[in-house]
Amino acid sequence: MIGNSNNPSTRHSIGGYLLHKAHIDPPLLLGIMVAIFLGGFVLYSASGTDQALLFRQFARLGIAFLAMIIIAQINVAWMRRAAPWLYVVGLITLILVLMSGETGGGAQRWLDIGVRFQPSELMKLAVPGMLAWLLHDRALPPSAGLIFGMLILIAAPVAMIGLQPDLGTAILIALTGATVIFLAGIGMRFLITGAVAIMLALPAMWYFFMHDYQKQRVLTLLDPETDPLGAGYHIIQSKIAIGSGGTFGKGWLNGSQGQLEFLPERSTDFIFAVIGEEFGFIGAITLLFLYLLIVARGFYIAAVAQDTFSRLLAGSISFTFFFYVFVNTAMVTGLLPVVGVPLPLVSAGGTSLVTLLAGFGILMSIQTHRKLLPR
Amino acid sequence: MESRNQIKDHWHEQRLFTRRIIACAIIAVILTGTVISRLVILQLINADYYAAQSQGNRIRIQPLPPTRGLIYDRNNKILAENTPSYQLEITPEQVPDLEDTLTRLKDADLIKAENMAQVRSLIANKRRFDSIPILQRMSDEDVAHFAVLRPYFPGVEIRARLTRYYPYGNVAAHALGYVSGINSADQESLNPAAYAGTSYIGKVSLERSYEAELLGEVGHQDTLVNVHGRMMQILNTELSVPGQDLILSLDVEAQLAAEDALQGRRGAVVAIDPNNGEILVFASAPSFNPNNFISGLSREDFHALQTNVNQPLFNRALRGKYPPGSTIKPMLALTALEENIIIADKAKICRGYFTLPGRTHRYRDWKPAGHGKTNLHDAIAQSCDTYFYELANDTGIDIISSGLQSFGLGSKTGIDISPEGNGLVPSREWKRKNFSSHEDQIWFPGETIITGIGQGYMLTTPLQLAHATAAIAARGTRYRPSLVKGIRDSVSGGIAIRQTKELPPVKAKPEYWDEIISAMEGVMNDPKGTAHFAAQGAPWRIAGKSGTAQVFSVGQDDSYDAEELAERMRDHALFIAFAPVEEPRIAVAVIVENGGSGSGVAAPIARKVLDVYLTEPELGASL
Repeated sequence: MIGNSNNPSTRHSIGGYLLHKAHIDPPLLLGIMVAIFLGGFVLYSASGTDQALLFRQFARLGIAFLAMIIIAQINVAWMRRAAPWLYVVGLITLILVLMSGETGGGAQRWLDIGVRFQPSELMKLAVPGMLAWLLHDRALPPSAGLIFGMLILIAAPVAMIGLQPDLGTAILIALTGATVIFLAGIGMRFLITGAVAIMLALPAMWYFFMHDYQKQRVLTLLDPETDPLGAGYHIIQSKIAIGSGGTFGKGWLNGSQGQLEFLPERSTDFIFAVIGEEFGFIGAITLLFLYLLIVARGFYIAAVAQDTFSRLLAGSISFTFFFYVFVNTAMVTGLLPVVGVPLPLVSAGGTSLVTLLAGFGILMSIQTHRKLLPR
Repeated sequence: MESRNQIKDHWHEQRLFTRRIIACAIIAVILTGTVISRLVILQLINADYYAAQSQGNRIRIQPLPPTRGLIYDRNNKILAENTPSYQLEITPEQVPDLEDTLTRLKDADLIKAENMAQVRSLIANKRRFDSIPILQRMSDEDVAHFAVLRPYFPGVEIRARLTRYYPYGNVAAHALGYVSGINSADQESLNPAAYAGTSYIGKVSLERSYEAELLGEVGHQDTLVNVHGRMMQILNTELSVPGQDLILSLDVEAQLAAEDALQGRRGAVVAIDPNNGEILVFASAPSFNPNNFISGLSREDFHALQTNVNQPLFNRALRGKYPPGSTIKPMLALTALEENIIIADKAKICRGYFTLPGRTHRYRDWKPAGHGKTNLHDAIAQSCDTYFYELANDTGIDIISSGLQSFGLGSKTGIDISPEGNGLVPSREWKRKNFSSHEDQIWFPGETIITGIGQGYMLTTPLQLAHATAAIAARGTRYRPSLVKGIRDSVSGGIAIRQTKELPPVKAKPEYWDEIISAMEGVMNDPKGTAHFAAQGAPWRIAGKSGTAQVFSVGQDDSYDAEELAERMRDHALFIAFAPVEEPRIAVAVIVENGGSGSGVAAPIARKVLDVYLTEPELGASL
């Protein structure tokens, strides 16, 4: 499923041919569809059999799918040309949001332009796009000066999003950018320097930049019992739910922790705990494996891509998707502090669904717009 | 950017990239491996432990919110308390169809139609398993009404809760502030665990700046519930710790007198104990009733309060900026004496106006005929403008502004509520920094002249003016003003007295202090003293100074007629005073917006406040 050739010359079925014409990548589509299909069952159970919520989720998915298919039609060459402009537009709108943003849920993230538009979502794709554009006709690995320039291009939007304040998204975008730099092949020297710098920056973050409530979350992670009413409650309940699922789980709609509403936010950020409770260890690792397959297909697309821009963009989009999965599952199992990151393709809602599938659209475009090179 | 010119080695780059992708894949596998090993620990190794926790009986943790600390005045009169009341609460998770439930509650007249949007946003901002109050201070009828309907509303319950109550209503509202429902902006910065079960948070003034002390510590009750969610047994109770009580330096009787005197006007009265900086009166008119904020004002009511032309929500005492007018004359005189620019007994001639040498512009005295030969005492007592025009001209703006600043004018006093207004004492440097065009950046001699009577750019807050008056009363010693006198621990009952903080003093020779204080007494007692009628029959010696500040400037040849001006164009009336002169116990500043005359309107208000405070037996024994 991952490495199967997508070269039309070896394609047999008519359906596969049509999908290729529609610029759809069948393995990726299959992986996404299976995750959504399984996610729908879990969501139905997690929401307390709330059909309305399920319909809303599928409506959102429909819009996101449409975005994915439209983006898949766009030739990568066009994306490359548009990338710096998207970045500039994103940066300007971020500044506008900081100056006059409408307050949505307490933080300034939204800009009202008829529809509600969240520039930080655009930046999730525009930042790797910009960096890949910058590198596309240069010799790799990049020079020290260029790396420094790229770090500034990452830092500007990250700082502004951090100020909104939306620390989760800021970290995610920083990581997406860092992935591009890593994929560009920078030397071990830089990697080690970067790792050391991050190590040194962490205590500084703690003392100078983190709010008390954010520190509280980290401390709670170390000892959840100290805060049974706050974040500790989430972790305690989530561990009970997952642990009590055992090997095979309690069965669909039978998870007592989820169904009896002990588990908070079970249809959104903590839905992985419902999977753990109702489908057990087998269900949880099946889903993790499915995610790994999707990521692997993304890496494959990146590896066989024909130009630098496509490779870097595909690689960073795929790795960011993985990072989403990792942060959410690590948080729900109590390995990481509680940060508001949904489980991709499964959690209800999530403004980031469109961005997520738009990213897959880019992967599909990269894979299906390949020129036929003589082998 | 030299790399652009290098020849791209495609084969090498492709190999490098593939290696990096493989590295990413390895990282992904390792990280997934850590999650899987975590799952192994939870679901395979410790499965029995967690199954036991989840099977059969299980623990439900309910928060026990703390009781908010009380607020007392200096004589132990209660200004903010908590009274039991019934409220309707909804737990969204337990409601089958939230929208339908809300609509039916509206149909049952339990939620007003205009409050629906507010209730929805309240629910949206809370966690789904929180119990959210949707109707506070339920009447007995509402309680009975809902008791009948209760079976039709799963997830909605009546709870007895303590809610904030301000027994004096409007009185001292600008000092106390109010508590109100926690909104999404509050939610961003607070620790949700500390506010579990608490639905209120201090919004402004004392309720806000002492939020940490007033809040208390949340407790919790852990109960065993069976599979159907029914409570079986209380396992563990950790009681909440009530918030600490605030004991204010405010004197509610004097406060009442001040607010009564300000009735129907816009203005402020601030009174300070010169011996320690304790604030005795902190009134801003018009005021508002903080009790209205607790059950949640409707959007319309809040809008009406916000857009009211008289701005009842505006804290004039703390943030209102007014030209101080002649009230600063004693401070200017002291500065000039200390700098040897004037001699107290040496008279100046007042012809009713002042002109700069070589200029024709007349800076007019309030008394067109002039005061004739005037020494410093009479210049203050009769508020001779010409004397101070000349004094200002001789002193120069640099000494004037540093002199006035030493009294704390034009900068924040550091009072224990915020956000405090700055005010402004103009200087050459300020003008250079704050004007854009080059010709505006120059300080003109004429601007020094009008600063001499507290006009022009100069602005002070009522709090600053009271603070400066207290500094005169204490002969230069200054204390940081504070509203809170002590904080009482609700558990031990012990009271922590707030330390008074001395600020840099105003330095001047004792005889100069004598001179200006005697002149201020002259304001009240001399036959020609501007406020002599306001001092009639006073059982104590009062020192005061009136001020009448122009809101708009009168043309060179116009005559001024207050009657013909729109009310908003009328002069601001100001008065500062302290008493008893031999051993001052209270210093007060009064500002009445568009009140007209300082001695006529503001002085009687100051007198009332002094009388009430000084007549009371000196208690303070509560602390």
